[in-house]
Amino acid sequence: MKSRTIKIDWLARVEGEGALNVKIKDGKIADLKFKIFEPPRFFEAFMRGRKYSEAPDITARICGICPIAYQMSACHAMEDALGVKVDGQLRALRRLIYCGEWIESHALHVFLLHAPDFLGYEDAIQIARDHPDIVRRALQLKKAGNSLVTLLGGREIHPINVRVGGFYSVPTKRELASLTEKLKAARDIAVEAVRWTATLPFPDFERDYEFVALRHPDEYPFNEGRLVSNRGLDIAAHEYDKYFTEEHVAHSTALHSHIEGRGAYFVGPLARVNLNFDKLSPLARETAVSVKFKPPCRNPFKSIIARCVELVHSCDEALRIIAEYEMPDQPAVQFQMQAATGYGCTEAPRGILYHRYRIDDQGLILDAKIVPPTSQNQGSIEADLREFISANLNLPADKLQWQCEQTIRNYDPCISCSTHYLKLHLERM
Amino acid sequence: MKSPVLTIGVGNSDRGDDAVGLIVAQRLRQRLPAHVPILQTTGDPGCLLEALQTAETIILIDAVHSRWEAGLTSGTTGASPGTIHRFAAHESPLPADFFRCSTHAIGIPETIELARALDYLPRQLIVYGIEARDFATGTGLSAPVEQAADKLVDILCRTPECILDVCPNAQGS
Repeated sequence: MKSRTIKIDWLARVEGEGALNVKIKDGKIADLKFKIFEPPRFFEAFMRGRKYSEAPDITARICGICPIAYQMSACHAMEDALGVKVDGQLRALRRLIYCGEWIESHALHVFLLHAPDFLGYEDAIQIARDHPDIVRRALQLKKAGNSLVTLLGGREIHPINVRVGGFYSVPTKRELASLTEKLKAARDIAVEAVRWTATLPFPDFERDYEFVALRHPDEYPFNEGRLVSNRGLDIAAHEYDKYFTEEHVAHSTALHSHIEGRGAYFVGPLARVNLNFDKLSPLARETAVSVKFKPPCRNPFKSIIARCVELVHSCDEALRIIAEYEMPDQPAVQFQMQAATGYGCTEAPRGILYHRYRIDDQGLILDAKIVPPTSQNQGSIEADLREFISANLNLPADKLQWQCEQTIRNYDPCISCSTHYLKLHLERM
Repeated sequence: MKSPVLTIGVGNSDRGDDAVGLIVAQRLRQRLPAHVPILQTTGDPGCLLEALQTAETIILIDAVHSRWEAGLTSGTTGASPGTIHRFAAHESPLPADFFRCSTHAIGIPETIELARALDYLPRQLIVYGIEARDFATGTGLSAPVEQAADKLVDILCRTPECILDVCPNAQGS
């Protein structure tokens, strides 16, 4: 009987703290656990008794990379409860600040966290020594995203200008126009990034996933839309709890999600591009087609291309919104307090982020539910690893371990979000 | 056009002694003329990489915990709290075990190495690390770190690389 254990203690280049333990016995996986051991953060519990208006800023602290996503899902859920409709230029500004966050987050992941896997580098410092231009471009792209978030959010980390009903203050047309040249340059870098990532060496690996994303009749999804999948799911955000179930597994402090009666599913850029290819900006779509990236793409390693396609789209969309912007009279819409339950689901950089709040007639939160994208992807990450390792047992230990980490990073996991951390044990017994 | 000198205070104002870089920057601000550039930052790598390209000489101040290991309380290892360490980071990498490492962010040593690889380092980069005692949640410096902050402000206003001596006629940044 031949058995072995490959063990990786700390997974690098993921946001937060986690591990992977794999035991292989007689050429088969005896046990595989994608372990998230970052302590639980109890955000849902300590939201109780806080005011409805605090939800966007408190939940934004769940993540330093995607605070806008938390602010947006919290706002939409509260507005759903209060019967508030935010439209026109305020709605466009919300899409714009989301473009900023996608640009920041995707640029960081594509160039500094994921690309090293494909190029055989341990980290971004090594890439910078051999390919300084790649890192310089990444930083330029990220800076463009930061500029958007800073202008609309008040500061680049943990922005403070978003509120239920809109914003505390809105920019002038001139202030927004000042970002145009920076965003055009960023868009050029993003187009190049699609072409460059398409030339990377991709493992020959596909799985038949259920992709889940928002879909909106008129636009590529950021804030609004129905939850759809390639297997017929088509529901409103308020139906989420009927179709999606969270469960606790002993090896993870992040709850695992699955679709009732069907199992694991896939959220994030690859799911969004697959389900909304027709809604991408013409340039984003043409650039994808030019590198033969067409939906449905079932190779999770190619999510790096999907992320770059979304970078092009985000720059394009930001430029469109800025060109059409007229400063609104009021930074936020007025509303009356009422006891109700509200549901919000928006597209965080890593996939759908669901919030549900029940509030009383004074606007105090009675209970809260937050389902971040990384916890939703845990099932697919484990299934990918299981299949990838089974098909690649002949690989030397160091190479197999490397590609396991790469498999996890395909999802850009944000573990702090999901526990609201990664350690890798790959064990061949 | 680069400034002759820039002082950068790095820290987290909500994590005890981790705020010392920010506090030194604030006290220097009170002692130095308004045209002398001083930056306060959380240490965001993007912000730091940009700032590192803006001056010929940069003085960076941050809290450190020498031979840092996660979970250790200060004083159990390394130098005594309030010790002021000085590194010529333009000459060689910072000791990685002096700075708190995080799985949530790229740290100061990594950012400086990234800047070195990208040729973004200033001619001179002096890093002052003040040995911290307590990184717990909350505001306020521990007594030894408080004293060290005042001492470093005095040093920076007196020594050869002092901001004023380097750029007596600086015209802002």
